[in-house]
Parts: sequence; C-alpha cells; structure tokens
Amino acid sequence: MAGNNSRMMALAGPLQSAGQCLLFLFRMLAGIRLRLDLLQSTLQQTYLIGARSLVIIMICGFFVGMVLSLQAINALEQFGASDQVSLLVGKSLFRELGPVLTALLFAGRAGTSITAEIGLMRATSQIDAMELMAIDPVQRVALPRFLAGLISVPLLTAMFNALAILGSVVFAVGVMGLDGGIFWSKLQTSIYFGKDFMGGVWKSVVFGGIVSLVAVFFGYTAKPTGAGVGTATTNTVVLSSVLILIFDFIMTSFFV
Amino acid sequence: MSENNNKSKPQANQEPIISVKNLVFSYGRHTILDDISFDIARGSIVAFMGPSGAGKTTVLRLISGQLRPDAGSIQVNGLEISSMSEKELFQYRRNIGVLLQNGALFTDLTVFENIATPLREHTELPEALIRRLIMIKLNSVGLGGTEELMPHELSGGMARRVALARAVVLDPSLMLYDEPMTGLDPIAVSTVRHLMRETNDALGMTSLIVTHNVVQMSKLVDYCYIIAGKKIAGEGTPAELASSQDPGVDQFINGKVEGPIPFHYQGAGPAWSLVG
Repeated sequence: MAGNNSRMMALAGPLQSAGQCLLFLFRMLAGIRLRLDLLQSTLQQTYLIGARSLVIIMICGFFVGMVLSLQAINALEQFGASDQVSLLVGKSLFRELGPVLTALLFAGRAGTSITAEIGLMRATSQIDAMELMAIDPVQRVALPRFLAGLISVPLLTAMFNALAILGSVVFAVGVMGLDGGIFWSKLQTSIYFGKDFMGGVWKSVVFGGIVSLVAVFFGYTAKPTGAGVGTATTNTVVLSSVLILIFDFIMTSFFV
Repeated sequence: MSENNNKSKPQANQEPIISVKNLVFSYGRHTILDDISFDIARGSIVAFMGPSGAGKTTVLRLISGQLRPDAGSIQVNGLEISSMSEKELFQYRRNIGVLLQNGALFTDLTVFENIATPLREHTELPEALIRRLIMIKLNSVGLGGTEELMPHELSGGMARRVALARAVVLDPSLMLYDEPMTGLDPIAVSTVRHLMRETNDALGMTSLIVTHNVVQMSKLVDYCYIIAGKKIAGEGTPAELASSQDPGVDQFINGKVEGPIPFHYQGAGPAWSLVG
C-alpha cells in the first residue's frame, strides 16, 4: 500500500507538469491575435533561434551522413550489396535520424537559449513589467518563440537531411569510390515522397512544437533566481529529449 | 530643499483615489499584512516605509492587482481590485504606471523601443506622433539623445529615468514606485526625486512610493505610512512623523536599534531558539 502511494506520488509531479504545460499551450493559442507585431517578432525569433542554429545543424548533418555511409558500406559489403548504401542512408535519414537528431540538436542549441532568456526576463522583472503595462507576456514573449520553433525545426531538418546526403555522397562516392550514378538513382527510386519524406516532415513539425513548448513553459515558470533559471534550462533539455524519443516511437507506430 | 506640498489625508468632501479596508494578506502560513486600512488622497505623493520584509512592496503588488488579498477590500477610483478578472485587471492597469525597483527595462530593445512599447500596444497613434511623444518624455527626464542606446549602455540612474519615462508615457492617473532610489548616487537620487514631484504635479497624478529612505522621503512626500509588525505602525506628514512620540515611529525614523520593531525575522510556528 505504501509502495503504491509512493509510486502515485512519483507520478503526480510529472503529470502535474504535463497538465500545466498543456494549459500553457491552450493559453498561448487561445489568445492569438493576428497582428503585424506578432508576425514581425515571430520572424525575428525564427532568425534568432532558427537561422542561427544552421551552422551546427549543417556540420552535424554532414558528419552524420558520412558516418551512416561508413557503417552502411561496412555492413552491406558482407552481402555484396554496397551499391544499396544510398537506400539505407536515405530511408534512415528521412524517416528517423533527420527529424530526431535535428530536434535533439535544436533542444540543446535553441531550446536552452529560449528557456534561459525567458527565465532571465522573469528574474529581472521584465515579465512583471509587461503584466503591469497591461501587456500579456504569454502573447508577447512566449508565443513568437513557440511559433518560431514550429517553423524552424522542419526547415532545419531539411537542411540536416540535405547536408547528410552530401556527406554520404562525399564519403561513399568520393572516398570509397562507389558509382555516383548508382548512388543517386537508388536514392531517387527508393525514397517515397509521401511515406518517407513527408513522414519525416510531420515528425519534425511535432518535435518543433514539443521542444519550443517545453522551452517557453520552463522559461516562463522558472524561479526568478540564478539556480531557478539553471534548473529550468536543464529541465528543458531533459524533458524535450525524452518527449522527442517517446513521440517518435508513437508516430512511427501509428502513422508511418 | 523640501518639495512636498503637505497634502494630508483625504478631506471629508474629497473622495480618495485609493481606499483600502481591513486588508489581510499571507504568504502561505506567514501573515504579512493583518487588517490594515488606509485612504490615499487624489493628487498626493504618499510613501510606505518600514523595515525590510514588512510588506511594503506587497502593498504595491496588491494595489496593482499582481496579488489577491485573503480578506478585505482595495478600491481604486471606486473599482474593487481584488475581485477583478484577468481581463479587467489588464484594462485597469492601462491607467497605472509602475516603476519597479530595478527599472525592468526590456534588455533586447533600445531606449526608444522600451518607451514605445506601451504606446504601440495600447494606442493606434501614427509613428510620427509616437516618436514626438517619446522625445518629449525622454527630454522631461533629461535623457534626450539616448533613444538609440541599449539598456546595458545606461547607468543605474539613467535606466531608472528611462523606466520612469516609460511608466508615465500613457499619462496614468496613478503611479506606483518600488524603491525608486535604491542604489543611486546622491545626484541621481535628487534628480529622480525632482522628477517624481514634477511628473506627479504636471500630469495631475497620484503617486505611491515604497521606500526606506527616510531622509529623501521627508523632502518629497505629502504623507507617510509606516508598516511594521503586519500593521500600520504610524502615519502622518513627514513633519508629524519626525516629531512623533510613538516608540515604533521614533525607532524607525531615527534608525534606533532598540524599540518595538524587531530586528529578528518573526517566522510562523513556534519561537526559534539558540538553546534547546
């Protein structure tokens, strides 16, 4: 009985956080007013958290593509099927690795910065000042960053995939000497737009929503202290990473 | 030089702008304010003074609607604040200006954009008029020419003055100041003090100031409340408080260690002891 109670207590905290997070999402979406300044601040945030994440996404994408090729060639060589490398790289990239790794990198690069920025605004009373000026900070601060994350992650995923394919070509064709024509034709014929490409796009939209929601929620609810902002930033990375992997399995099981 | 007009408590025929009755507020089990009542005269500058942690800032937060009282009534311009919905509170706050302790300027916006924020949010004024209004407000706080600076490029006193310009840009009828002079050098203190009086009188506002700077407040405010021990321990004009025989008022105004206002934190629960 005592064990059951402690298990219930252990579940209560995360469930409460999840509920508060969803309420925060509803509060953000319910108050949306289509205004020019929302568009402007969303575009500005898309630049700050999306465009500025490009370099790390591209570098990681390129090396993931190279290492995938290396592993694929090593495995497929045993069966004399190394010309199928682009099929294996393409399927795994577009369906899984592209959206998942991009979202994880985005959580580390942009999610933390969103949480820290909003948490610091809370700690320096800027959120209070907005409320006192009759400006809703959820609409003004959280919503543009949430929308920017929603827009940025699919675009970054596309860049990640493109650079990963480039890395794969460089390694498979340039280093290992596979035939370039076979590489590209296999990629073109084996990757389906609806199932592979769009499946990954939908995943990346969901992951973008998860990371940016978690980031703005933990930033907004951070305790107004140095330690509070630090804890909130850590929570953003941990929770969004776990949720990305959980939702990846759910979406793959049901929709792909 | 003293700037106060010596406006006292509201006269019988004058309706107060703020009327607080039997206010009770607690943080958890710790009671901060216990059954306090006061009225604030329209057009006056009133200070809330008292030791740290006495609940001065809590009073401001209750009047601005950031906190809800456990019991009692807070009326501003005849409107009951404590029962307002979130939407009504936002509407109410359009008519008040608040200067927070650290200024709370938006760090990613220039001085100009900081002051423009309430104007853009709550008015449909054309850009040319917004620019003109902001330049007038910036000049009135002596900071013309700083509009393109970022907050981190300002000194503490300048940031406080920019925050004051932002707080009054919509010409509010009620201004709340939370420790406006803390951390400022003597020249900046005098400048901010003059600005507060000039702004209050020129715009026909009412100002509430939370502070523990007794000397500066005696030069500025019309009326003072001293909050200590969860109650209003004393009240009066600065001159009345200076000559008060009340032990609590005398202790606070003259900074005496001995007196009825305790130095040690009075926590909830049983008394804490070094022994046993």
